[in-house]
Amino acid sequence: MSQVRIPPVLRPSAGGQKLLDVPGSTVGEVLDALVAQYPDLGSRLFDDAGDINRFVNVFVNETDVRHLQVRETPVTERDTLLLLPAMAGG
Amino acid sequence: MTIEIAPPNPAVSTGTSPTTGGGTSPTPATVQGLVCRGCGRPEEAGLQYVCPDCFGPLEVAYDLGAVRAAVDPSGLATRPAGVWRYRELLPVEPPARGLAVGGTALVRADRLGAALGVDGLLIKDDTRNPTLSFKDRAVAIATAKALALGLDALACASTGNLAGATAAAAAAAGLPAYVFVPADLEPAKIDHALAYGATVVPIDGTYDDVNRLCLEVADELGWGTVNVNLRPYYAEGSKTLAYEIAEALGWRLPDVIVAPIASGAMITRVARAIDELIELGWVAPHDVRFVGGQAAGCAPVATAYGDGTDTVVPVRTPDTIVRSLAIGNPADGGYALELARRTGGSIEAIDDATTADAIRAAARLEGVYTETAGGVTLGAVAAARRRGVIRPGDEVVALLTGNGLKTPDAVRFALPSSPATPGNPGLAPVLPARFSAFEGWLES
Repeated sequence: MSQVRIPPVLRPSAGGQKLLDVPGSTVGEVLDALVAQYPDLGSRLFDDAGDINRFVNVFVNETDVRHLQVRETPVTERDTLLLLPAMAGG
Repeated sequence: MTIEIAPPNPAVSTGTSPTTGGGTSPTPATVQGLVCRGCGRPEEAGLQYVCPDCFGPLEVAYDLGAVRAAVDPSGLATRPAGVWRYRELLPVEPPARGLAVGGTALVRADRLGAALGVDGLLIKDDTRNPTLSFKDRAVAIATAKALALGLDALACASTGNLAGATAAAAAAAGLPAYVFVPADLEPAKIDHALAYGATVVPIDGTYDDVNRLCLEVADELGWGTVNVNLRPYYAEGSKTLAYEIAEALGWRLPDVIVAPIASGAMITRVARAIDELIELGWVAPHDVRFVGGQAAGCAPVATAYGDGTDTVVPVRTPDTIVRSLAIGNPADGGYALELARRTGGSIEAIDDATTADAIRAAARLEGVYTETAGGVTLGAVAAARRRGVIRPGDEVVALLTGNGLKTPDAVRFALPSSPATPGNPGLAPVLPARFSAFEGWLES
């Protein structure tokens, strides 16, 4: 089980939870399991092609998964996934 | 004499933020609310910044008919210069007090233009704002909204310019400011924010690490983070650059606008402002080409442009002297890319030596001292001219968005360290305080 931190904007679609334990050995498996548990998250986390929504940034611990192996990034029970809006401006 | 200054609000709340479905404030009659840029879902003009349906960014929607009914260019002409001159096209009423932001000069730069190969170069000199960068524009709007919403404190994630802008605006508003920066930021920028009484929080990481942390802070604490949960309003401030340019040209548009790209928010908002002016009928329709500049050491948007792809691949570790543009994961990068392609513009990657050369050229030829982002912008002017995006006879506006005093090391970058010789620019050797010594050096 990896831990997934849910941002406030998504919590209404995740049973109001802030932190969830979700099974899976890759980022993709964890996200799929998360959506299986909370189907309303599906359209928010994935686009029509099944890729991670361009407006969502997914981090494993502190690293953006696009710097790793995106959906194929391996995760363990020691890892935390963080979902955040894609937003930046200096 | 010691002057004791109490902190503006030492008992800062760290309670849960109304980030979604949060409070609202009276908004101008010309503002319809927020709308998702991804799916078009409308939202109230509160502290929301992300669409609950698709996670897309929210932006302000205006009733341009109401704007047209409220004011026209002749009505604007009697108002004071500055961002609030265009208040019907901004998302919040002017605050009772604040910094004097905007109203900067648009100056002809013929000598610099000739050096860059451009016939009609104009400089939008935003080095003159209260904290010496265009960020004052965005922060003025975000701060006004924070005050209207009754927020406890201001915060920001900054590559430097925003740090000073947020700290100064918070000081003027009587709010505490929390400024998160990469720990290795230029000391001048950190000192600048400290001078205004901000709490500066150095983070061991890149700007993108700082930004990730600030997203969490904005979500969990009751602070107004100007470029996160106040971002829909903050971004609107950059539109005033376009309004001022059009007005300075006698309510018409230039052929090309060249701007630096960090997150991509500014150039896209300038373009949006031009669309608004055309729709309002305040300027005649005219196709403006948009050229963006990025530092070669952190150029995800320029790379996508050069590769002909639609995907902006983040840069993990920026490597450039242009710290103010060192955003490896630009949120509006895709929009900036689309803008450049749609308008016949380009996105140029400029190496640090070219940037430093351009800074020196602007200072020596026009008396305008710009920071590194301005050097990138001017490098992009020359690159776009070589590419043919800028054509002979074009009227080109380059946005110089920050003052060179913020990045003093850049002016000596890639220059030989040997002392200046007589008649040449540079730092002469230390001389004895005797006329004969100076005369000897002059004749050397």
